Amino acid sequence: MRIAIASGKGGTGKTLVAASLAKVWDGPVMAVDLDVEEPNLHLFLKPEFGRCEEARIEVPAVDEDRCTHCRACAELCQFKAISDLGRVLLTFPEMCHGCGGCLAVCPEKALMPSSRLLGEICFGQAQDLRFLMGRLRVGEAMSPPLIQAVKRASDGFLPGAGPCDIIFDAPPGVSCPAVNAVMGCDATVLVTEPTPFGFHDLKLAVEAFRPLGTPLGVVVNKAGLGDQDVFTFAAVEDLPVLAEIPYDRRIAEAYSKGKIVAEALPEMRYLFRGLAVRIQGLARPALKERRYA
Amino acid sequence: MREVLIISGKGGTGKTSLAAAFAHLAGDKVICDLDVDAPDLHLSLKPTHQRVEEYFSGNMAVIDSTRCEQCGICLEMCRYGAISRMDDAFQVDRLKCEGCKVCVHFCPAEAIDFPQKHCGQWFISDTRFGPMVHAQLFPGQENSGRLVALLKQQARELAQVESRNLILCDGAPGIGCPVISSLSGTDLVVAVTEPTPSGRHDLERVVELCAHFKLPVGVVINKFDLNSRETSSIEDFCLEQGLHLLPQLPHDTAMTEAMVRGQAITEYQSDGLAKLVRRIWDEIMDMAGINRTA
Repeated sequence: MRIAIASGKGGTGKTLVAASLAKVWDGPVMAVDLDVEEPNLHLFLKPEFGRCEEARIEVPAVDEDRCTHCRACAELCQFKAISDLGRVLLTFPEMCHGCGGCLAVCPEKALMPSSRLLGEICFGQAQDLRFLMGRLRVGEAMSPPLIQAVKRASDGFLPGAGPCDIIFDAPPGVSCPAVNAVMGCDATVLVTEPTPFGFHDLKLAVEAFRPLGTPLGVVVNKAGLGDQDVFTFAAVEDLPVLAEIPYDRRIAEAYSKGKIVAEALPEMRYLFRGLAVRIQGLARPALKERRYA
Repeated sequence: MREVLIISGKGGTGKTSLAAAFAHLAGDKVICDLDVDAPDLHLSLKPTHQRVEEYFSGNMAVIDSTRCEQCGICLEMCRYGAISRMDDAFQVDRLKCEGCKVCVHFCPAEAIDFPQKHCGQWFISDTRFGPMVHAQLFPGQENSGRLVALLKQQARELAQVESRNLILCDGAPGIGCPVISSLSGTDLVVAVTEPTPSGRHDLERVVELCAHFKLPVGVVINKFDLNSRETSSIEDFCLEQGLHLLPQLPHDTAMTEAMVRGQAITEYQSDGLAKLVRRIWDEIMDMAGINRTA
């Protein structure tokens, strides 16, 4: 079972929910941080890291001796990553999306595969919990290829212990990085807060993620604060409210100390256990379909 | 002309609430929301659109099944797994297509069209605090540094025409493409953080990115009283890095109350948080060398 914890708006409590869920989850589970621009889940689950691998993307390197300046590569490139100046062929590796088109189109084989560092993928373990995260290199602009690489790594990261459920902590927003994170999951949990900003971004998130066909559920964090709009919207859109985490300064304080809320406050343990059960119920039909597909 | 950008790394630290207040306090400026993915500033500023433009960026592959000879070359060459075969018909997954044109170029039957992608809209609007440039990507689109650059360009032209001396930008969370794009041409970065492990960790990465572009950074610690130990460790980090510490804000629900009413905190109240926010803005003006206009 693969569960994505997502949200339109940042800072609504995705990581808080993902960390607590991972701790109360029934059975073998892996927590995967896909918020590669700003990964935070490890700060709470505190895994011991084993190996870290570099994640790279293919970019072209030029063999000047072979290049006849036919411009085929520069004309094909849609990302302005190659420019032919007549006597020099310039590549801009930071702009390259790694499509491989230039290498394939060059009649002289004057372009060779080289690579650019996207970031790293770190494998860890926190007691029984398997942990995986991607961390984007500071200065790297493209997060989706790293997010995909982490997801691929999560498929292969099952050391001996057999299959396990996966909880993905997704990046905020509703554009390409978030969609990449949510794609292929059996259920998506949208964490929001009952404020105008939270409500607005929840609407965007539903619009972005519903076409993916994954069942959606909502967790309202800081319930009691703000207004009622998210609840009305959830009812109208037929989105199950899977849990309401109360607005409580003790929760904010526990989080600020790097504690896992489900462990720090006993009543929160019950709340997250209930949430885990409801998420499993939400994901089951999709999971079945995937198994028999 | 000066450009001030408010960012945070971590989402939800109070960037946009502060940006709304600064928009209220600043004199002659153009307001610019550079979070084109999940923008929120318009919820407080309630802009009236003066100009609405469609935003097109890049292209996407579309296979015409009547021309397709089903050779499978496109499927083989696509690096993004965007092409699949469904009952003898090849299809492009709109969400996975990167718009690289490789399949279009190599298709021997010339069966793949490559229309422009309609990715969203951008606006020039009026607000009670002055003109605002902003945008909304359609959900699921590539989060585009190009759109961010376009908005900044529009804001600059507008500021020039109306001789406004400040562009006040609300940025996106994270450190990727849109944030990198929003840094270009900025005179001062205001980083809003909170005393939590995530807030500190994300601030460190944002600061590293700003150092890469040699930009001065002022730091606001929001909800400083949530965890005094974490607050002082962020203060230490700022001192070490030579970052200017702006006045700090306590944890206070007034910020949310103002948001619910669609007001800036400085409109909602005159004491309390609002007073501190005014002090922050005064220091930002000094840091950025913004002329005070009455």
